[in-house]
Amino acid sequence: MVTVLIAIILPFVCAALIPLLYRRLRRIAHLGWFVLSVPIILFLLLARHIPQIAAGKTFVHTYEWIPSFYINFTTYLDGLSMIFGLLITGVGSLVILYSIFYLSTKESLHHFYCYLLLFMGAMLGVVFSDNLMVLYMFWELTSVSSFLLIAFWHHRKASRAGARKAMTITVFGGLSMLAGFLMLYVASGTFSIREIIANVATISEHTLFVPALLLVLLGAFTKSAQFPFHIWLPDAMEAPTPVSAYLHSATMVKAGIYIVARFSPVFGGELLWFWLVSGTGLVTLFWGSFNAVRQTDLKALLAYSTVSQLGLIMSLFGLGSVGHYFGYADSSIIYTQASFVALFHLINHSTFKGALFMMVGIVDHEVGTRDIRRLGGLMALMPVTFTIAVIGGLSMAGLPPFNGFLSKEMFFTAVLAIRDVEAFSISDVGVLFPIIAWVASIFTFVYSMILIGKTFFGKLQPDKMDKKPHEAPIGMLISPLVLCTLVVGIFFFPNVLGHYILQPAMASIYPTFPSASELTPHIYAWHGINTELLMTFGVVIVGAILFKTLKSWKPLYRIFPQKYSFNAYYNSMITFGENSSEKFTNRYMTGNLTHYFVYIYAFFVALIAGFFIWSEAYAFNFAKDSAVESYELILIFVMMFAAVFMLFAKGRITAVLLNGVLGYSIAFFFVIFRAPDLALTQLVVESITTALFLLCFKYLPDLMPENSRKRVIWSNAIISIFVGATVTLIGLAVVHYDKFKPISLYFNDAYELAGGSNIVNTILGDFRALDTMLEVVVLLIAGLGVYTLTKLKPRKEEAEHENK
Amino acid sequence: MKINDVILRTVTKAVVFIILTLGVYLFFAGHHAPGGGFIGGLVLASGIVLLYLAYDIETVHKGMPFDFKKVAALGVLLATGTAVGSLFFDAPFLTQVSNYVEVPIFGKMGFSTVTIFEAGVALTVVGVVVTIILSISEDE
Repeated sequence: MVTVLIAIILPFVCAALIPLLYRRLRRIAHLGWFVLSVPIILFLLLARHIPQIAAGKTFVHTYEWIPSFYINFTTYLDGLSMIFGLLITGVGSLVILYSIFYLSTKESLHHFYCYLLLFMGAMLGVVFSDNLMVLYMFWELTSVSSFLLIAFWHHRKASRAGARKAMTITVFGGLSMLAGFLMLYVASGTFSIREIIANVATISEHTLFVPALLLVLLGAFTKSAQFPFHIWLPDAMEAPTPVSAYLHSATMVKAGIYIVARFSPVFGGELLWFWLVSGTGLVTLFWGSFNAVRQTDLKALLAYSTVSQLGLIMSLFGLGSVGHYFGYADSSIIYTQASFVALFHLINHSTFKGALFMMVGIVDHEVGTRDIRRLGGLMALMPVTFTIAVIGGLSMAGLPPFNGFLSKEMFFTAVLAIRDVEAFSISDVGVLFPIIAWVASIFTFVYSMILIGKTFFGKLQPDKMDKKPHEAPIGMLISPLVLCTLVVGIFFFPNVLGHYILQPAMASIYPTFPSASELTPHIYAWHGINTELLMTFGVVIVGAILFKTLKSWKPLYRIFPQKYSFNAYYNSMITFGENSSEKFTNRYMTGNLTHYFVYIYAFFVALIAGFFIWSEAYAFNFAKDSAVESYELILIFVMMFAAVFMLFAKGRITAVLLNGVLGYSIAFFFVIFRAPDLALTQLVVESITTALFLLCFKYLPDLMPENSRKRVIWSNAIISIFVGATVTLIGLAVVHYDKFKPISLYFNDAYELAGGSNIVNTILGDFRALDTMLEVVVLLIAGLGVYTLTKLKPRKEEAEHENK
Repeated sequence: MKINDVILRTVTKAVVFIILTLGVYLFFAGHHAPGGGFIGGLVLASGIVLLYLAYDIETVHKGMPFDFKKVAALGVLLATGTAVGSLFFDAPFLTQVSNYVEVPIFGKMGFSTVTIFEAGVALTVVGVVVTIILSISEDE
């Protein structure tokens, strides 16, 4: 299945090409035109397979990556991943087209599009990967690229703070999800999602099943901004608007929903899953819509609205899991419809929310502000933008003739149906489901009205606007208009979508059900006067009243004190973490070289000497050793003299020369013991370090007599003696050490094995070449470190710029 | 203060060639006799450092217009490149090959991919040592 592989690889390849192309292309055209081709090609490639997917086919292909750890690059294209793939590439194309007109060529576009393509590749990787480890890798990559995109205007403090918050929360969730995946691996013995789904019966008996469920859900909830992890999403709105429209409403935040949908065949039959997913979803739905009403920034309003809509989709997947609990039966089909609506609304939400984000971007771009207190009366000045806002906003509010109406009606059907479930002790609280859903829908209606009303109706306040408002250029309007066409089109032809796109995805969510067409309800725009329609009437009436009386009840929000908000908790947690780790680190990172040596040597003695004593390997005898010659003794005395005298040296030159005496004497020993390679190396290294020392003298102060306390001097002396004793002990004991097989025999055949007769070099260049290679890398890093530390000091004004 | 370094300079002129030749010799000798990339690189580096000590930086730079950071980077690329290169011949990472080839004039000579790897090591050592010494001595 080459298509899927291309879909994952192509964005990464293009992201790598951008820095190379940037210089050449920037003079010819906006970089976005080049980037735009990527999602369009991918969308067409994927769309080509829609008929096959709709016919129930799936495509699997495995490329071996790390087979010894069961990690293979397995791509899997089925109905569910097809929906996401089309969303990612489709909305991606529109967003990139929009961004060409939104971002001027003065911005660092090569960074922007590089990150955006990275994200696109990572996101496609998430939805097309069958292997859990590969999926996790792409999952974290989406967090990283999201971080980079939120912090795109990194000179703004709020951007950096928002990026960090998003990163902290989503990566925390990602790591717990990794733990969950590993538990699933332990329980099932495979990393493949398809195999796990096939073996659900045995896995669900495992003790790690429930912990895995909780951890995977934690990952999904943090990514999809579910209550109480939703707080990162509003702050992520610091990103450029195309990014908000793409990552933070249409695709990345839906990755959590993808995980829930993908894993519902695994965990769906579990009581805990039902309550957690549907409960969290409903709470998020309510909390998001309730908070959206109080926002004054249009983007923040849309952010909370996204949180709320994500909660809606999440809760629907929770309700849909009842179908897994009952298994396949005529009576359980009705519960699977919740999952169907979830998928339906997933697409609808991407269309209308994408259009709304782009609309807000246009207002921001052309008026210079997004604050609803400064906006108003734009209807006559920006008629096209107004049309987009009305279509998107009414669809979000759930009114006909827009697709949001259909999915909202079906959502009501699903929550009404759940009251009748005779399991999970739902019947006691089942009535709460429709009530919460209804209340949340009222708030959704209210904030949709605020979005349209406060921006386009009312009185124009030109003095409060930064620019003279006018209609956006046609390029910026194309993308939201395409989305608006979809919003209307889906309303009139919902069953085309249902049959070709949603039905195969239902087969992925309910693999045990024999036929997917049974799971696909026919979507009607008009289904007679029933409870759902009456609920919608109620929403409109109550919502309209609340919108009219907004001023009188808005003060209610002030009842919640700011210091108990989740943001405050997050901030205090971060501050606490930073402060306590700073305190802890400062306690031992004193900046005093002697202290650091104490840590290193104390650890060395404890570990090495401790091991030798523990394993009783310190035995040695001199019986087998050859006799000590007199010239060796002389050399030893010279070294001892130099070592002891160095402690009492008054000047640096003396100390360095004595150190040199030590080094050269060791080289002599190497000569005596016939190790010419070592002797050569030692001599040259000694010469170079002496030269280096002499160079550094220029910058060092004169040696001062140390005024340390007696206790410190003695403890240092004891540590030194211990280190010396340990090294001596090792030297003596290692001759008779028999815990490991000696490897020296191996080197006898050096010529046959490595084609060289100098075994020192065959060790360096062949037997242990990996060590040598990495040492070379370390050497380079050390050299660059010295260079950057001495050469690249930040200038004063730069240091201030950083902390702005 | 002007230091009288006539003797140092005169000696250096002769000695540097001996040191550099020794470095190159050690580098190639490494396969069967004492020597090798690391020692060869160190000796070359010490020769260059001697030049810097005897003459000023500008003069030496005129003679050897290299950016030693790039030399070091090139060395690492060579070393890791040969390591990765073996993968393209379907052999495990870091596999080395050696063979004897009949060359005109020189006769039978041994060739080995280890030499490229060792050249990488030598270049890294030269580059890093000179970079460190230069950046410390140039620092104001």
